[in-house]
Amino acid sequence: MMKNCEYQQIDPRALSVSPASAPQSPAETTAQRSRRKWEVFPGRNRFFCDGRIILASQSGVLPLTLGLIVVTCGLFFAFDCPFLVEHLTAFIPVIAAVLFVFVVISLLRTSFTDPGILPRATPDEAADIEKQIDTSGSSTYRPPPRTKEILINQQVVKLKYCFTCKMFRPPRTSHCSLCDNCVERFDHHCPWVGNCVGKRNYRFFYSFIISLSFLTSFIFGCVITHITLRSQAGKSLVQAVQESPASVVELVICFFSIWSILGLSGFHTYLVASNLTTNEDIKGSWSSKRGAEESGNPHSYNSIITNCCATLCGPMPPSLIDRRGVLPPDEAISAASASEIELPLFTAKNDAHMCTQSTKDVLERMVHSSDFHGLCPPGTPKTTPLGLDDSGTPAPSAEPSPSAGCSQQRGRQSVAAPCLALSRSSKRDSMHSINPAFRLASPSPSLSRTSFILGEAPDISFIPLP
Amino acid sequence: MRQQAAVAAKVFIQRDYTNGTVCQFQTKFPSELETRLDKQQFEETVRTLNNLYAEAEKLGSQSYIEGCLACLTAYTVFLCMETHYEKVLKKITKYIQEQNDKIYAPRGLLLTDPIERGLRVIEVTIFEDRSLTR
Repeated sequence: MMKNCEYQQIDPRALSVSPASAPQSPAETTAQRSRRKWEVFPGRNRFFCDGRIILASQSGVLPLTLGLIVVTCGLFFAFDCPFLVEHLTAFIPVIAAVLFVFVVISLLRTSFTDPGILPRATPDEAADIEKQIDTSGSSTYRPPPRTKEILINQQVVKLKYCFTCKMFRPPRTSHCSLCDNCVERFDHHCPWVGNCVGKRNYRFFYSFIISLSFLTSFIFGCVITHITLRSQAGKSLVQAVQESPASVVELVICFFSIWSILGLSGFHTYLVASNLTTNEDIKGSWSSKRGAEESGNPHSYNSIITNCCATLCGPMPPSLIDRRGVLPPDEAISAASASEIELPLFTAKNDAHMCTQSTKDVLERMVHSSDFHGLCPPGTPKTTPLGLDDSGTPAPSAEPSPSAGCSQQRGRQSVAAPCLALSRSSKRDSMHSINPAFRLASPSPSLSRTSFILGEAPDISFIPLP
Repeated sequence: MRQQAAVAAKVFIQRDYTNGTVCQFQTKFPSELETRLDKQQFEETVRTLNNLYAEAEKLGSQSYIEGCLACLTAYTVFLCMETHYEKVLKKITKYIQEQNDKIYAPRGLLLTDPIERGLRVIEVTIFEDRSLTR
């Protein structure tokens, strides 16, 4: 019997695909279609190519941006380049082409990259945070406080609680109302790009606006040169313009773009050099509002070069939302069907380390472990449903199977009052654990109740048994 | 004969922001684990994880070269190459698996890789102690 209870390593990823024991009906296994995590993503984003590409819910004016760039460059190549190649140098279209490619790639990268979205807190985490806040003060239930103060580099910073994502936002993180996500190092939501600009795509955004400044300036300069050269060959300016009307279109577009793009580039260069985000700059988070009190930017490295390198050339953090991960089958299934996860138990090895070390106890446990199956509600050999999930989707865990364990203890009479109280409420909970609908809801109050109840369980396990 | 392990509780080790936005976790030993685990062992695990994350986010010559190369190739180089950060994350996953095998699983605990929780918390799942069932 000992051999059968050999320890097996738990791999949370393997749980979703681990073969269940015999009782699971074949109908259930065939009905499980593997779904990817992007399909159940709670934020307002759109996904393409099976989760590879992520976009904000509204693409904003991205098509307009792309259109303007493509049209302007197209006109330039078609109407201005032949003249300039003839009169100046062939490098002009080459440079323009390189810049154009760079601009378009940067733009697409900015739009289609996950800006640094923080996945929402799992129900367990949210319950844990609420519990911590409740226990640290009042006895009555009240909504979690909105701020938490921490020290960053000896400076006091307030962390805000996000009610949508149910967690305290890390520093420099902000919740974008358009995308309904918390984004790390949130800069701003750019409608031109159709996405938030955050930690992961700020460098693409910056290279986009810098290369776009170069492109617009270059095209502007070339078009001016073109018209000047034409009008110098004995013709008037009006005549030159009439010969090449496309140039006027390009001039107008470039003229208005240059002001805004160059201004934006300058502004963002300043932000990069001082390691600030647009959000912080606008809100004045680090400016000394309180008179003489010095509150510099705690995230700055106090060196322009280091700030630039850190923001633009720093290591590329990975996407935290795991769009293409496969959902564990129990969450992919609707509430109607019942599926259960089975976990191997680390009994034998555990127990050797646990406080009860006598062989008598080990043998007793072996005997009672077979009893346990019989006591499992509602009397089926199936395992109690567990919600050991590793995705952001709501699924309550901490199913109260200690309830069954406790009812066994009650019979032993070695544990008195605490166990009686537990078993009374645990009966109620064991009813809940059967109902699959309960598993897929996210019942915060009952979860905290459950965790409160279970919190006592470890104490009981270490009462020495006769 | 496979038996079930019931989840007794979950402990969440939060992030430590005293050094800024770098990924570090608090080394404070949670009281729920007192009965199951040695304080030194736990702190050792968290400290090693913190060092690994610091290595991933380190601003060194390697990350700069990678960043500049990426910029020059219009970021297309990431389609074929794995970033330094991703390499270290794989190392971290391996380390956590190893720690689970050697130290945590025998004590009825399970560490969840923080990347699965958005690098917000280290989730420690406490499994019901089998000695409860008598």
